[in-house]
Amino acid sequence: MRLFANAKYDFLGRRKIAYLITLALTVPGLLVVLVRGLNYSVEFTGGTLMQVESQKPVDVGAVRSALIERGIEGAEIQTFGSDRELVIRARVAKEGTDANDTQATAAALTQALDATLGAGSYTVLRTEAVGPKVGGELREKALMAILLSFVAVLIYLAYRFEWRFGVAAIIATAHDILASIAFIGLIRLEVSLFVVAGLMTIIGYSLNDTIVIFDRIRENLHLRKREGFVEILNRSINETLPRTVFTGSTALGSLIALAVLGGDVVRPFALLMLFGVIVGTFSSIFIAAPALLEIEKRWPGPAARGHMAPKPSAPPVRKPQPVGR
Amino acid sequence: MSIRTRLLVILGLMALSIFYLVPRDVTIREPDPETGVMGNRVIKRVPLKRGLDLQGGMHLALELDESKKVSADPKRDLQLALTVLRKRIDEFGVTEPLIQQVGDDRIVVELAGIRDPARAKAIVQRSAFLEFKITNETRALEKALPAMDRVLRGMGIKAEGAPTQPSAVQQLLGGDTAKARQGIADSAARKDTAATASRKDTTSDTSAVVGGVLSSLIQPSGTAGSEIPGEYAVPETAFPRVDSLLSIPAVARQLPRGVSLRWSAAPTSVGVQPVRFLYALDEPSIVTGSNLVDAQAQLDPLTNGPIATFELDRAGGRKFGEETGKHVGDYMAILLDGRVQGRPPVIQSRIGRNGQITLAGRTLQEAQDLALTLKAGALPIPLKIVEERQVGPTLGEDAIRSGILAGVIGTLFVVAVMVLYYRTAGVLAIVALILYVLFTLGALAMLDATLTLPGLAGLVLSIGIAVDANVLIFERIREELAAGKTVALAIDEGFSHAMSAIVDSNVTTVLTGLFLFQFGTGPVKGFAVTLVLGVLASMVSAIFVTRTLFILWLNRKPAMATLSI
Repeated sequence: MRLFANAKYDFLGRRKIAYLITLALTVPGLLVVLVRGLNYSVEFTGGTLMQVESQKPVDVGAVRSALIERGIEGAEIQTFGSDRELVIRARVAKEGTDANDTQATAAALTQALDATLGAGSYTVLRTEAVGPKVGGELREKALMAILLSFVAVLIYLAYRFEWRFGVAAIIATAHDILASIAFIGLIRLEVSLFVVAGLMTIIGYSLNDTIVIFDRIRENLHLRKREGFVEILNRSINETLPRTVFTGSTALGSLIALAVLGGDVVRPFALLMLFGVIVGTFSSIFIAAPALLEIEKRWPGPAARGHMAPKPSAPPVRKPQPVGR
Repeated sequence: MSIRTRLLVILGLMALSIFYLVPRDVTIREPDPETGVMGNRVIKRVPLKRGLDLQGGMHLALELDESKKVSADPKRDLQLALTVLRKRIDEFGVTEPLIQQVGDDRIVVELAGIRDPARAKAIVQRSAFLEFKITNETRALEKALPAMDRVLRGMGIKAEGAPTQPSAVQQLLGGDTAKARQGIADSAARKDTAATASRKDTTSDTSAVVGGVLSSLIQPSGTAGSEIPGEYAVPETAFPRVDSLLSIPAVARQLPRGVSLRWSAAPTSVGVQPVRFLYALDEPSIVTGSNLVDAQAQLDPLTNGPIATFELDRAGGRKFGEETGKHVGDYMAILLDGRVQGRPPVIQSRIGRNGQITLAGRTLQEAQDLALTLKAGALPIPLKIVEERQVGPTLGEDAIRSGILAGVIGTLFVVAVMVLYYRTAGVLAIVALILYVLFTLGALAMLDATLTLPGLAGLVLSIGIAVDANVLIFERIREELAAGKTVALAIDEGFSHAMSAIVDSNVTTVLTGLFLFQFGTGPVKGFAVTLVLGVLASMVSAIFVTRTLFILWLNRKPAMATLSI
């Protein structure tokens, strides 16, 4: 059995359609994010989270009024999984609040729960109390990590391939991050550290996928000097298509297992990654390769023909060929 | 490389991984359930560290709290605090606690599997600054009260319902104030000392200003003869208000130098309503906890209540002896973190190096915690909690169970697809995948890395991605076969041509993983570690193990014309 063997799809020819699809999917999500903002977890905003399991069903309204009585307004109260499990999030209202406030809030939450559920008739499963300073630092760090890993990947790709490939890969990855953020905004996923980890993993996966295709492009540029750039791109994508589909499917399989069975904490991550694997695969074909083509059109050069790729076994390049005929 | 060497290398790696995963003796330090004495206990377990999110526990990030006391040398104070916390937590009894400095100004404490997070928090945060002060006998507070009230009146602060407040206090003290005052005067007359004579004067002074906000709320505590000089009672309900009024600088200035005001640690029940005692104390302290060398918790043989006994060093003992010798018959307040512990006892005679703190109405465990923090020393500057995460043990158990279930189902799916699609070659890939999981876990154990919930998810995910290297190779071999190459050549070329794609794509994943590790905290770090180790292990298993298996396969059937791939 061999799926997509000898496929000869004209991917590059359909890139405009692909652009439309990606715009149609991404822009609404990004608009939602711009208008309503992202739903950050208390780790990032600073604030207090408490997850409790009660012995009897919880009256959310009673808990809410008990909280307001104790001066905690605007707390988010949700049942989690069943009506006996409760998650309360009280975010830090204003910047510059002292860290001790989150501790005081945690104490007030406990009092309110003692009053409504009865002390001792519930168990605290999880508490988080993050001072706003720590939350702010974390936001900065997350952004830095994403930017720095971009730079590191660009440098690595420039070294292993050449700068055009690096830039094209970064464009595709940036597309994936935007699309993922749009996805996060659309399904109102809470942005926790775990979700940021998912975002970084999407970067890794998408690059991985892109590089497999780029590796084949690099090789075909050496082997098939008579073919035009577009043909080489299409050929490379088609040749790697069986692998792309197969690996994508196994990754999706593991992720579906995680999303369905992995539990409530893992689910947001698994959902995001499911989207990421699909969009990463899509972007390697419809964003990365076309980006390479656009760069090649604008800044044609011998390097684009694989000249600089470290392939000692390759025959020396005679002359740069005209590209994109 | 010969096939023999290859097999040896694989066996070596397997042996190494298994060696690191074999359950081994781990020494844990915990209190004996009966005596409460700390001791070492040895248990056997798989040396894979589980993160707080999987086994439950508490993560605290602490910073110096300079709102109350400014640090002269924050760097040094943080180091000192670190040492103190290490000592305290060592005695607290947590297996493999993590106490480390993060950045320039932060201490992270991770306590796995603790049952009583509130208690642990109190131990970490308590400054444990011990002071001994003699209660003021010159009625300094009573003399200052009228002036304080004048200042407050000047600021527009008056007593709320002034006439009713004194009577509230009267009720609390179980008699009417006039009678109480009379009692004081009587006892003063009996003792007939200079100090009590002045007390008599001020008593009449205070009655003149009843109606002032502070004078109406602060009353001498004692009734006939049983009073302690410098001790005052405030209704517990008025305690926060009085505290904030007294801390107004203009009010505090009315108190003579050398006298400080301190509250008792807990309210006391007198009559129907609880009262909080306020103490006027002579500065400076006669001795502080920095002279303390040992502390123990015990049950008082007389009252059967918990006490903490302590021992001072030579210098402290000498000073303590001298000072208490001078103050026989006076009352000595024992302060912990600025709060008076219990009611000040009278000094019967000169006290040497040993003393005790009575914790009336509290548990032996509280006495133990107090002894523990006293012994470990005081924090130079109080600490504030800037981040706290707590996970109960059940959440982690559920997470592990669902994580393993998802892992098993995910793996079964991958196995099925691989075998269906690549047949014999797929089976080889599965063997490589099993070794991959073994190598990853072995590497985690070897590096003493922590397995967290995101890490577990990363492991499950990486099983899906780990087959990628094999897929790249197999697809390449298929292509080479389709191009008409012989089986042996196709395998050879398949491996060598797939190599660059495998290396390049994995290096970028490792790069992003490293940055994730750099910025992430606890759980996410765990994810980054499993991801990076997983990618490395998958490269070894795909490139090296699968290759070796292919060589074995070819050796058994050298004349193979078609490949089951």
